[in-house]
Amino acid sequence: MFDDLRDLYQEVIFDHNRNPRNFRVMEDADRQVEGFNPLCGDRLTLFLKMDGDQIVDASFQGSGCAISTASVSLMTEIVKGKTEEQAEALFKQFHEMTTGKEENIDLEAIGKLAVLAGVREYPARVKCATLAWHTLDAALKNEESSISTE
Amino acid sequence: MTTFPIEKIRADFPILNEKIRNKPLIYLDNAATCQKPLVVIDSISNFYKHEYANVHRGVHTLSVKATDRYEGAREKLKTFINASSTKEIIFVKGTTEAINLVAQTFGKTNIKQGDEILITAMEHHSNIVPWQMLCKDTGAILKVAPINLQGELIFDEFEKLISDKTKLVSVVHMSNALGTINPVKKIIAAAKAKNIPVLLDGAQAIPHMSVDVQALDCDFYAFSGHKMYAPTGIGVLYGKQALLEAMPPYQGGGDMIRKVTFEETEYNALPYKFEAGTPSIADVVGLGTAIDYLTEIGMDNIANYEAELLDYATKKAKQIEGLRIIGEAKDKGAILSFVLDKVHPHDIGTMLDSLGIAIRAGHHCAMPVMDFFEVPATARASFAMYNTRQEIDVLMNGIEQLIEVFG
Repeated sequence: MFDDLRDLYQEVIFDHNRNPRNFRVMEDADRQVEGFNPLCGDRLTLFLKMDGDQIVDASFQGSGCAISTASVSLMTEIVKGKTEEQAEALFKQFHEMTTGKEENIDLEAIGKLAVLAGVREYPARVKCATLAWHTLDAALKNEESSISTE
Repeated sequence: MTTFPIEKIRADFPILNEKIRNKPLIYLDNAATCQKPLVVIDSISNFYKHEYANVHRGVHTLSVKATDRYEGAREKLKTFINASSTKEIIFVKGTTEAINLVAQTFGKTNIKQGDEILITAMEHHSNIVPWQMLCKDTGAILKVAPINLQGELIFDEFEKLISDKTKLVSVVHMSNALGTINPVKKIIAAAKAKNIPVLLDGAQAIPHMSVDVQALDCDFYAFSGHKMYAPTGIGVLYGKQALLEAMPPYQGGGDMIRKVTFEETEYNALPYKFEAGTPSIADVVGLGTAIDYLTEIGMDNIANYEAELLDYATKKAKQIEGLRIIGEAKDKGAILSFVLDKVHPHDIGTMLDSLGIAIRAGHHCAMPVMDFFEVPATARASFAMYNTRQEIDVLMNGIEQLIEVFG
């Protein structure tokens, strides 16, 4: 019945929505930033544990749609062990994949995150996918304690 | 149900023939804005083709024609809401501008530091923020009457909040997020007992029921054209003449003046005092046509048909496991706001869109209502007179299917 939506809602997304990874409060977090999408009410808190410029642990709390939950769940998995620079590079790749030109996407670099490429065709849903990454960006830059997509 | 000319009405709306993602459009986002019948679309087009000029200006024939159409629409609106004079019909951009107009003119003149403005917990942002801005400017206090878990105003609490300091009561007639129809007659009677003026936000109520401002005895009634089958960018502020006379102008410019010198300006009479600049003339003409269209069908017939639709949708929705209706007031308009246990409203919106169904997912510009019900957002199906039981069947089937997919 929902065949048209297979590109957007891949099985991996359902899986991460049902069982989000790293879904917990991190008591000893070095960075904690809240991300908020006022258009849909999605709200998440991202926690990072740092060792120098390396992300040694990442977790999150909050509630959102399947796209945003899967996106932040996948992100916390993939950024563990990355340096700040590597994580920022991934953010750029992710941003390109969801909003930029198709030929600029580096599929190898993006890896598992490619399951979220489907949002390109749904402009109203792009922010669901990018909220996690904007929150990470703010956490890495250590700028603000909360960010908003609007 | 059988007497309502649903097939004829559906045929009046060209957009209902559109395909969305290869499926017939099922438009259930009418509380956001509703679709336009061909007569309204044609009237705007014909006005531009044959009768368009500026109003209240020249002596030339077209200007006279355009002015007749513009003022003719005002006459129709007067009759439609039973105002006592066309002087009480002020054309504005929409409900939001109408409320801001009252806040900035009536409010700034009559509301001082320590005074209170009373609203309810189910207001749209447009009946919250203008008052917060006024309170910031004047030092007045915004009071909020609570609602219960059915989404109904707790009238006793509302009554207790009316005090000697209350200078205005401003409440929604029908809630956009919950569908609740407020007991406005009781509200107005309670306020009148203390000589407090009442503004009703009629944005949602006006397309769904007959509204008689004199029978209601409200002081202000604000509504938008685009939710009542008319164009965007046009709406009405009704105000009692005596109150409007005493209020200072809202904006300065052309048309709202009688005489201008560099030393001083004499303002125009009602309603022009509040209509500075060239108005949205063709949209007013379109609104006039929409009024004719609605009058022909009959507001009571529309209300009855939509009540049956809501009843049908509510019964079907209650059969779906894991679906929770947000807003179950006894007196309710054709809005079904709901959440699902396992599926976020945004995902519901995208899934249903793939079936050609347009619903709203979000906070409906009523974030405090979402906070009260402890949900980040809801999915909302809002019905209009062109919707059918068959469409509701497709909606409910879609909801059941998507619950399975997310399961």
